[in-house]
Amino acid sequence: MKYILMMNTPAGGPYQIASWPAQDIKAHIAFMMKFAKKLSAAGELVAAEGLSGPDQAKRVRADASGAPITDGVFPETKEFLAGYWIVDVESPERAYAIAAEASAAPGPGGRPLNLAIEVRQVMTGPPTDWTPDA
Amino acid sequence: MIPRLDNSAQDRLRDLAPKVLGALLRRYRDFGGCEDAVQEALIAAAMQWPTQGVPDNPKGWLITVATRRLTDQIRSDTARRLREQLVVSLIPADEQIALAADAAGVNERDETLDLYFMCCHPALSAASQVALTLRVVGGLTTGEIARAFLVPEATMAQRLTRAKLTIKSAGAAFPELTPADRAARLPVVLKVLYLIFSEGYTASGGDQLYRVDVSAEAIRVARLLVRLLPDDPEVGGLLALMLLTDARRAARTGPNGELIPLDQQVRSNWDRTRILEGERILQRALSRGTTGPYQIQAAIAALHDQAENSEATDWVEILSLYELLLRFNDSPMVRLSQAIALAMVEGPTAGLVALDELAVDPRISTHHRLDAARAHLLERAGQHAEAIRYYRRAAQRTISTPEQNYLLLHAARLSDSLAGARCPPTT
Repeated sequence: MKYILMMNTPAGGPYQIASWPAQDIKAHIAFMMKFAKKLSAAGELVAAEGLSGPDQAKRVRADASGAPITDGVFPETKEFLAGYWIVDVESPERAYAIAAEASAAPGPGGRPLNLAIEVRQVMTGPPTDWTPDA
Repeated sequence: MIPRLDNSAQDRLRDLAPKVLGALLRRYRDFGGCEDAVQEALIAAAMQWPTQGVPDNPKGWLITVATRRLTDQIRSDTARRLREQLVVSLIPADEQIALAADAAGVNERDETLDLYFMCCHPALSAASQVALTLRVVGGLTTGEIARAFLVPEATMAQRLTRAKLTIKSAGAAFPELTPADRAARLPVVLKVLYLIFSEGYTASGGDQLYRVDVSAEAIRVARLLVRLLPDDPEVGGLLALMLLTDARRAARTGPNGELIPLDQQVRSNWDRTRILEGERILQRALSRGTTGPYQIQAAIAALHDQAENSEATDWVEILSLYELLLRFNDSPMVRLSQAIALAMVEGPTAGLVALDELAVDPRISTHHRLDAARAHLLERAGQHAEAIRYYRRAAQRTISTPEQNYLLLHAARLSDSLAGARCPPTT
């Protein structure tokens, strides 16, 4: 079963990595790289991506003709998606354990950040024996 | 474990791909069908040769297998009759029985060349040009290309199918190019090859074990092109540029993939063999008399490669080469490099003035490279607080993770030392 682990961070919260001392940034990067490697080696990693900052984000919707209307930038966003992992695991408990590990990534002074990680199951296609009448 | 071809056998197999396709196209003009058949023949070879041995005439073997696959494909097609009519009608009447597929005519060289032009067809997007070139001229499988670009194989297969359909609907019968067409379209081919090289050079992440080295593929395909066009100085210039840049690859990242800038690289880790080969090819290209942007960029790379360290680099010569390059390609990125070279010659203040002039150009004004260059020059000028501000802004704007890490760390180190200087430790 596949789960997406979304790292949402509050704007202005503890995840202001640019203002940390060099040593703490280094430890954080090393943790993230080791974490991805470990998941990959265990055969559990499907994808992991970090996203560029919310200050460049646009909100897009179609107008009556279907053409894009863009809205934004949103510097005042309260919370934003910093990145995500998609994992393929045996149980929801395993997904929660992985999320907890990510949540404990080191922050300033090497203390765990304990960021909230949103865990959602990824939907699948229909089962192979599925028939509409069954 | 499934036996695999060793690397050199695999390279030889891939080198044959465009020749085999050229031979098939000579007979059965249908680009999409022939290309699929060659791909299947290459896969068959990769599976059979390790256990059964490489045949005496590998090219003939591939042509035979590909022809058989193409015939099977035509037969099994639901629109069989239509297809057969198409194939027959595409072959001029006097050639329908005359030419064996592997009878190389005098035009074999041009036909192989035309495959490059076909893949870099102007109707295709850059991503499609890159994928098709790697498959058709590079002889890579769809799966290998997909893994190289970290996309699902189905996505890459679809991209290739659409590319071939685009070529077909653009009416590119094969072959149709005159020498003048070839001359006009060569710059696009060179651009696509350089794009492939850069993709591989800057790629991050991915499972290295199963990933095709795209830079090495670009170099191999450029070598094939040099063999087809030995007298074209820009083709030589491009290959030289790739070799002289690739020579620094091992030194440009640390053990955890972190970026190491040119001035801090351990130069003894540079690949001397590659540098010598690149210099030799560059000299040969320069002796042809017609200068072009690839030769100039290769010459700049060579000057970096020859220097013991950043201070000993011939920045005066590099600066004048950038000025020359601007005459061919007046792009803000070239102007940015020129400003950095200027700062090395005349000092950071002169460089910062040049950056101010550049900052009004909307093509680059919000680009992270501009911020990073400014940060670097501000740091050298001793304006550390301002430098930190620009390093952080560059970090925010880049979309490359290793580059972001590098910029953030650099800003933090500078900030740490600034804080340390302001309040010295009391213990």
